[in-house]
Amino acid sequence: MSAAAQPVGRARTQDVSEVAIRARGLTKRFGNVVAVDELDLNVDRAQVYGFLGPNGSGKSTTIRMLCGLLLPTAGDIEVLGYRIPEQAEMLKRRIGYMTQRFSLYEDLTVNENLDFVAAVHEFDRARARKRIAELFERYWLGDLGDRLAGTLSGGQKQRLALAASVLHKPDLLLLDEPTSAVDPQSRREFWDSLFDLVDVGTTILVSTHLMDEAERCHRLAILDHGKLVADGSPRELMDALPGAALLVECAAPRKAQAALTGFADVVALAQIGANLRVLTRGGDNTRDAIARHLHDAGIEARVEPTSPNLEDVFVAATKRVSRKPPAAEAHA
Amino acid sequence: MNLRRLLSIVIKELRQLRRDRLTFAMIVGIPTMQLLLFGYAINLDIRNLDAAVLDQAQTAHSREVIAALGETHVMNFKYRLTVPQDLDDLLRAGKISAGLVIPPDFERRLIVQDRVPMQIVVDGSDQVTQQAARQLAALPLAGVINPGGASNPNQTAGNVEIVNFYNPQRLAPVNTVPGLIGVILTMTMVLFTAMAIVRERERGNLEFLIATPVSPGELTIGKVLPFVGIGLIQTTVVLLLGTLIFHVPIRGTLFDVYASALVFIIASLSLGVFISTMAQTQFQSMQLAFFNFLPQILLSGFMFPYAGMPWPAQWLAEIFPMTHFVRLIRGIMLRGAGLSDLWPELVSLGVFTVVVLGFAVMRTSKRLD
Repeated sequence: MSAAAQPVGRARTQDVSEVAIRARGLTKRFGNVVAVDELDLNVDRAQVYGFLGPNGSGKSTTIRMLCGLLLPTAGDIEVLGYRIPEQAEMLKRRIGYMTQRFSLYEDLTVNENLDFVAAVHEFDRARARKRIAELFERYWLGDLGDRLAGTLSGGQKQRLALAASVLHKPDLLLLDEPTSAVDPQSRREFWDSLFDLVDVGTTILVSTHLMDEAERCHRLAILDHGKLVADGSPRELMDALPGAALLVECAAPRKAQAALTGFADVVALAQIGANLRVLTRGGDNTRDAIARHLHDAGIEARVEPTSPNLEDVFVAATKRVSRKPPAAEAHA
Repeated sequence: MNLRRLLSIVIKELRQLRRDRLTFAMIVGIPTMQLLLFGYAINLDIRNLDAAVLDQAQTAHSREVIAALGETHVMNFKYRLTVPQDLDDLLRAGKISAGLVIPPDFERRLIVQDRVPMQIVVDGSDQVTQQAARQLAALPLAGVINPGGASNPNQTAGNVEIVNFYNPQRLAPVNTVPGLIGVILTMTMVLFTAMAIVRERERGNLEFLIATPVSPGELTIGKVLPFVGIGLIQTTVVLLLGTLIFHVPIRGTLFDVYASALVFIIASLSLGVFISTMAQTQFQSMQLAFFNFLPQILLSGFMFPYAGMPWPAQWLAEIFPMTHFVRLIRGIMLRGAGLSDLWPELVSLGVFTVVVLGFAVMRTSKRLD
């Protein structure tokens, strides 16, 4: 199966083999707090689908509901053709779940952990040995077999966790902020492994708040306060960005930032080295207005359009629902 | 329930236990330490109670009774009195805790058997003394009132019989050691299980397991099974040390001892599982385990006699598994009783297990919320 990232229509496909996850009106309330709010999701098979959102946006809660660990307050879920939560036990044989926190046994060795996971999935001894040898090979566990899991480095732990969650060759792999605790090199290797899995038809659902990770996903859903605020492929999202991203090159970026804070149509400001990156709602007019404003404020600056990146998309999407700062209203 | 999965959980648990040196040491260390501590230190049995004797009969018979009582070493006759008033004075001054009074018509009372032949006066302000002396008073009188013939094996010279069934030397360890098995098992079984199960939750392992086909039943039974073995090891340690060091008899069959220990272990493990469903952290489970531990020990009859408790305490004690186990194990080890004699205690333990485990299962769900 190819990993084509075509946008999926809302068509009610009866062919479940194309859709790995379908959720309608998914809602979870904890007391008065709405953690997930009326979420509609479509995830195709054999692709990496990312949940991007700030902490507390409902990413983990959504993932947990999708694999039947949490009971949704409302909504319909269908995962790999199973109705969740009713058929969650059957689903559990076909999913792998890698938690945010290392959740294997730190006081067991790598071998013992994998033996245990294999037994849990009802592998007989010979099959388990063969599969574990395969995993050692694929995830560079090398001679770590007799090391206690608790003594492994962040990257090693993560490879072990991935090996454990794909040991039974699940059709769907759920990853909850998998690379928060590892260095960029390990992260790159980790993503290579994920794409290997996609090549053999695995669907991967990953939650993250890291832009470079989000950029690698075939499709992305941006969550904010439990709501789906944008979804599509990273390219689509960037192309569909309302407004424009500008690069302000000047000698005093901090002064420029102060001058532009609260300026009309400015969504976000971020200093990138010596430059100031400005995300605006408007088009060329806004760019001219900003250049004029800086000039009036006595700041010599060149204001150039730049290609929007995923962070811009993320900021624009999550700003839209959150309240505008009062200063901006005063200017407008 | 999948046997291979269950076995894998047991193996995993044993491997973890082997690495947890402290817990491993406690499994054998706790019973040994407690046995030595309680065996030597707890002695509720009074010896050498300061006493006076007022022998108004002054016959050969009365002197034999006094000698026989003196030989028990429970009373140490420091004073030999002739005037009843002196006895009152000594008691009030606290110089003696008990006094033996033999009336002038002692011989006649023995023959006619119309009245109690002698009297032990006790300082009632000390509860423990009172109890000890009361027991003492009860024992020889039984023989005096009913002077048996040659058929009575416990008979001493002078027809004064010191009847002390089951613990003739009145050695405390004989009473303490069997009950100690209950104390140790209650402490370790409830605590270890509750903590072992909660640890899985606290360390985040549960979040992984919950997304696998492992069922809560498999997980619980798999985690608890190793502790059954550990409980039996602890029982063996206490039995071995108890017989070797303190010469505690095992008058019943070993099978009955282990069978009742096993039933009690399972009851305690169920309680541990139940506690684990209420606690979020290992610390909480430890507190809950101790909260249960103290009343079990105090009310079980291990330390204080069940008969002396008010009915609410007795009623509560009937619920606790340890109460039933103390009765079982004392019956089997000291009185040579069999399980067929003590089956109501087994039934009580069984009911406790079923009810508590039922509650625990109701509270366990394989979800995170």
